[in-house]
Amino acid sequence: MAKASRNGAGIGRLVGEHGTGLFLSILFLAPIAWTILSTFKPPLEARQPPIPPWPTTGFSIQNYITLDSFGAGLWHSAQNSIFVAVSSVVLTVVISLLAGYGFSRFRFPFKNLFFVLILSTIMIPFQSILTPIFLILSWLGLQNTLSGLVLVYVTLQLPFSIFMMRNAFDAVPKEIEEAARIDGASSFALLTKVMLPLVWPGVVTVALFAFLNTWNEFLAALVLMTDQAKFTLPIMMTAVQSGRFGAIDWGAVQAGVTVMMIPCLILFLLLQRFYIRGLTAGAVK
Amino acid sequence: MSSITAKAGVVTPAAPARRRSKIDRGHWVGLLYIAPAIVLVTVFFVIPLGMTVWMSLHNWPLMGQHRFIGLDNYIAITKDVRFWNALKFTLYYTVIVTIAIFAVAFPLALFVEKPRPMTGVYRTAFFMPVVVGFASASLLWAWLLNVDSGLFSPAAQQLGLTEKKFNLLATFNPAFWSIIVMVVWKVAGFTMIILMTGLQSIPTELQEAAKIDGANAWQRFRQITLPLMRRTLALALILSVAGSILAFDQFYILLRGGPRNSTITAVYWIFNQSFVSFKLGYGAALSMVLLVILVTLSLIQLRLLRNPEGT
Repeated sequence: MAKASRNGAGIGRLVGEHGTGLFLSILFLAPIAWTILSTFKPPLEARQPPIPPWPTTGFSIQNYITLDSFGAGLWHSAQNSIFVAVSSVVLTVVISLLAGYGFSRFRFPFKNLFFVLILSTIMIPFQSILTPIFLILSWLGLQNTLSGLVLVYVTLQLPFSIFMMRNAFDAVPKEIEEAARIDGASSFALLTKVMLPLVWPGVVTVALFAFLNTWNEFLAALVLMTDQAKFTLPIMMTAVQSGRFGAIDWGAVQAGVTVMMIPCLILFLLLQRFYIRGLTAGAVK
Repeated sequence: MSSITAKAGVVTPAAPARRRSKIDRGHWVGLLYIAPAIVLVTVFFVIPLGMTVWMSLHNWPLMGQHRFIGLDNYIAITKDVRFWNALKFTLYYTVIVTIAIFAVAFPLALFVEKPRPMTGVYRTAFFMPVVVGFASASLLWAWLLNVDSGLFSPAAQQLGLTEKKFNLLATFNPAFWSIIVMVVWKVAGFTMIILMTGLQSIPTELQEAAKIDGANAWQRFRQITLPLMRRTLALALILSVAGSILAFDQFYILLRGGPRNSTITAVYWIFNQSFVSFKLGYGAALSMVLLVILVTLSLIQLRLLRNPEGT
C-alpha cells in the first residue's frame, strides 16, 4: 500500500512537472506560431483579429505577394539583408580566424596592447559613436552602401569573434604544428591545412553569432541606410508597419516578420550546440 | 578579462636559439595576421570614439561649417529637460524590466537545470524568442497589441473582459507594461541559460550533504545556491542592465516614443537629436554622457567578476 501511494505521488509530480513544462513551452512559442499561421490567411481575413490563428476561409500566400509591392519590394530588401548578413559572416570569419591565429601563435611588439584594445571595444556602446561612423563612411565614399554597413557590422563582431578564435587556437596542442613545420610548411599553409579543421567548431560559433546579429540589427541600418533601395528587412518592415506606404496591411507585416524570423529559427535549431557554446564562453570571460 | 591578460603572457614560449633576422620576420608575420582586424577597429571604432569627443565640443550641423564652441554643448545638456526625462525613463525601465526578467528567468533556470527527459525540449522552447531579432519581435507584438487587428484587445472583448476594444498602446501604463511583457518574453531565455550554467557549476554533493543535515529546500537555496551563484548573478544582472539602458528598437517600433513622448529612451533622444534634427555636435555630447554611464557599468562588472568567489 505504502509503495503504491508513493508511486502515485511520483506520477503526480511527473505529470505536474511536464504539465508546467509543456504549458510554458506553448506560452513561449505561441506568438511565433500565431504569426506564422496567420500569414497564410487570405488578405480580407488577415485584417480581422487572429482568432483562431489558422486560416479559416482558405489557404493563401497573397500576403507575401502583396508585400513585394511595397516600396522597393520584399524580395529586394531580403536580397539586401542576405548580402549584408552573408558578407558580414564571411569577413568576420576570415578576419577573426587570421587574428586569432596571430594572437595565439606569434610574438610581436604590443601584442597584449592590441588584444586588450580589441576586446575593450566591447565596453563602448556602438550607439554612442554612430554619428562619426556616419561621417567616416561618407568620407570614404561608402555612405548609403551595403558594403559600408557590412564593414561596420564586421567591426562590431570582432571583439567576441577574436576572443573565441584565440581560445580555439590556444586549445590546439603545439605538437601538431611542429611536425608540419619540420616538413617546411609556411605559417599560412599551416593555418589553412592543419589548423582550420581543428578550430572548425569555433568558426561555426563565430559565423552563427555574426549571422544572427547582422541579420537582426536595426539601429545602425536605420541610421546609415537612408535610400529605400538599400533598406534591409527590419528597416523595410518598420516602414511598412508605420504606414509609410499607405494603410497598414497587418497580413503583409506578419509575412515580413515571418521571413525575418525563419532563417534565425532554423539556424538556431540546427546549430544550437554551437550557440550555447558561444554564449557560455562569452559568459565566463 | 583578467584571466585573458594573465594567459596572454604564456601563450608562446620564446624559441631560444634563433637567428635575429628570423625573429624579426616572425614579428612581422604576427602583425600581418592581426592587421585587418586592427585596421577595422581603428577606422570604425577608435577614430569614431575620438571624433565623438572632438565633435561634442563643436556646433556641427550636417551641412555647412562646424564651429568650436568649447563646453557649450555640455552646458546645454544640463538644461535639457527632455534629455533628463529620457534618462529618467530609461532608468525606470531598466529597473522594472531587470526585476521582471529575473523573476521569470530564475524559476525557469531552476526548472530546466535538472536533467530529466524533455528538459532539452523545454530549454529550446524557452530560448526560441531570443534568436528572433528585437525588430522582428517588436513588429510581431505591434500586431498582437494592435487595437483592431491584433489579438489581445479583440480577445478581451470577445471574452467579455472589456466592454469595448481597449487600446493598450494609447496610455502610458498599459503601453509600458506591454513592452515589459514583450521584452521578458524575448530575453528571459537568455538570462535563463546564463543562470543555468551557474546552477550547474554548484557541486551536487553540497546539496546532498545539506539535505542529509535536514536543510529544507528554501534553506538550501538561501545558504548554498545564492551565495555560490554570486558571479553568475552579477554577470546576468550587468548584461540585463547594460542592454536595457541601450534600449531603442522596441520603443521606436512599438510606440514611436509615445504616448505623448513619454517613452523616449536615452538612445532614442540621441537618435532624434543627431539624425532627425541633425545637431551632430550636440548628439555627440549626449553620446558622451551615455558612454560614461556604460563604461562605468563595465568597470563595475570587471570588479565584480574579477575575484572568482564561489568556485
